Amino acid sequence: MSILQLSQVTMRFGGLCAVNELDLVLSPGQLYGLIGPNGAGKTTVFNVITGVYTPTSGDITFEGAAIAGERCGRITRRGIARTFQNIRLFGEMSVLDNVKVAFDCRQATTLTTAVLRTPAHRVEEDRVARESLELLKIFKLDHLAAEKAKNLPYGSQRRLEIARAMATAPRLLLLDEPAAGMNPHESNELMDLIRWIRDKFGMAILLVEHNMKVVMGICERVHVLDYGSTIAIGAPAEIQRDPRVIEAYLGGA
Amino acid sequence: MRGALAAVGLLAALLAVNGLLTGSLIPGVSISPYLLQVICLAGINITLAVSLNLINGFTGQFSIGHAGFMAIGAYASAYFTVTFGDSVRAAIGFLPEFARDSVVLLIGLGIGAFLASIAGFFVGVPSLRLRGDYLAIVTLGFGEIIRVFILNIDAVGGARGYAGIPKLANFFWIYAFAALTILIVHRIVHSSFGRTLIAIREDEIAAEAMGVHTTRAKVISFVVSSALAGVAGGLFAHYLMYINTNSFTFLKSFEIIIMIVIGGLGSISGSVLGAVLFISLTEGLREFAQYRMVLFSLLLVVLMIVRPQGILGHKEFVTFLTRRRRSIGAAPGTTGSA
Repeated sequence: MSILQLSQVTMRFGGLCAVNELDLVLSPGQLYGLIGPNGAGKTTVFNVITGVYTPTSGDITFEGAAIAGERCGRITRRGIARTFQNIRLFGEMSVLDNVKVAFDCRQATTLTTAVLRTPAHRVEEDRVARESLELLKIFKLDHLAAEKAKNLPYGSQRRLEIARAMATAPRLLLLDEPAAGMNPHESNELMDLIRWIRDKFGMAILLVEHNMKVVMGICERVHVLDYGSTIAIGAPAEIQRDPRVIEAYLGGA
Repeated sequence: MRGALAAVGLLAALLAVNGLLTGSLIPGVSISPYLLQVICLAGINITLAVSLNLINGFTGQFSIGHAGFMAIGAYASAYFTVTFGDSVRAAIGFLPEFARDSVVLLIGLGIGAFLASIAGFFVGVPSLRLRGDYLAIVTLGFGEIIRVFILNIDAVGGARGYAGIPKLANFFWIYAFAALTILIVHRIVHSSFGRTLIAIREDEIAAEAMGVHTTRAKVISFVVSSALAGVAGGLFAHYLMYINTNSFTFLKSFEIIIMIVIGGLGSISGSVLGAVLFISLTEGLREFAQYRMVLFSLLLVVLMIVRPQGILGHKEFVTFLTRRRRSIGAAPGTTGSA
């Protein structure tokens, strides 16, 4: 039983084929790494899964439902959350509000209850504030809750992005280069965090990453893309020995 | 309960000030009719600025068609009171005079707000798919389309303007609705819905990725903003008793934008401040009317260099003050106590 399945997914931009007939299967609770040289189409795969792009052809199923072509927000509410390669926090908002926004996608408050300040609305607001703070505590960001997101140090911004994605209560988490720009100490912490999230919440995680230490350290399965096509799938140890992967990264002899 | 008491208190205070200003509270004590008119127009500007700030400042969607929605509110409510005002009055003849006036005005404003919000919906749905400059141009165009459309309706006077509107709005109503607008926008901004609006302003792609239905949120905010502009238009019509489409050109839209930019996009108290400052400057510079726009452009240029986020920025007046005080308290002696 798979949680996410991509079959024969192709994404073309005019004459450029960014993703070519990609097959990808993710089981629940799996830590799956997606790697490849620059321009291999990794982020495009993320954008196709999350509905930023509609694939040119092919099917995407999430928990048995076809999601290709659905709106981004709808796919998030189905249970797929993501972070971005270049951090996209709500800079002027507080750290707490960043998480609250993501929580809001699961609650049904309307404009009228907000304007009338009904008791139900207040109860809901209190609940969201409490749960957001708990989530921040998990990510060791609670002491920064009132700070503006843009004023956080880089590593904390990365953590906040993951916390925000977690607030949408996903069953599949897509992380786009979470270790980018982190020092070795921070990336070690990140590895522990990702592993811990998977174990605690039992969610599947799809990881795009250039830091091979991170990928090989935590992923159970690694998928290698080059020019939009799959060149290898397997356990980290197998991938490291695969001649085609070595050629893609280092160039042919 | 406390809120209801505060509302009653505010309305009573407004009534008292209204009486004081017009001279009916204490005989012989009043202000000049000119000053009273300036104060009332300032109140209408507050409603316009705060409502526009909801879409421009908090949702981050730059609209320059606000005068169009104001025009719809003005003409629709005026048409109602002129055409059906007497029959409504006759139907509720058992009520005292001021109550009959109030009922007619409130129904008129309701109709104006409703039609303006419908127009806001039909303008918002196609144009809010656009971003930045494109949205600005399209809303500018729609604002002018609305004005030219009204200009060609003979039933409301066409190019002659619409005269003979009963004077139903006064200081009390104008400021009551300004207060209501501030309350509505304040509550929207400080709710979960307001958070999604600000998230859209900060990063629309990320907001959508967090499960926000961005198009719907933007359209709702645009519709609310248009409805409140419609109310302001209705008050404008029933205060001046004569309206002309020339009052609702894109220049009017620009004026409202200047107000919210001066005060600070994303600050309610900033919009109030901007609206009051704007009308004070325009009236204060009446003697130099031909240089007024030159001075305004200069003022804006200077503001953009010195304080690009507007006078209050994203902050509200209250937090602005408390922050100041705290920073002064944190560093005693460094702030000049001479």
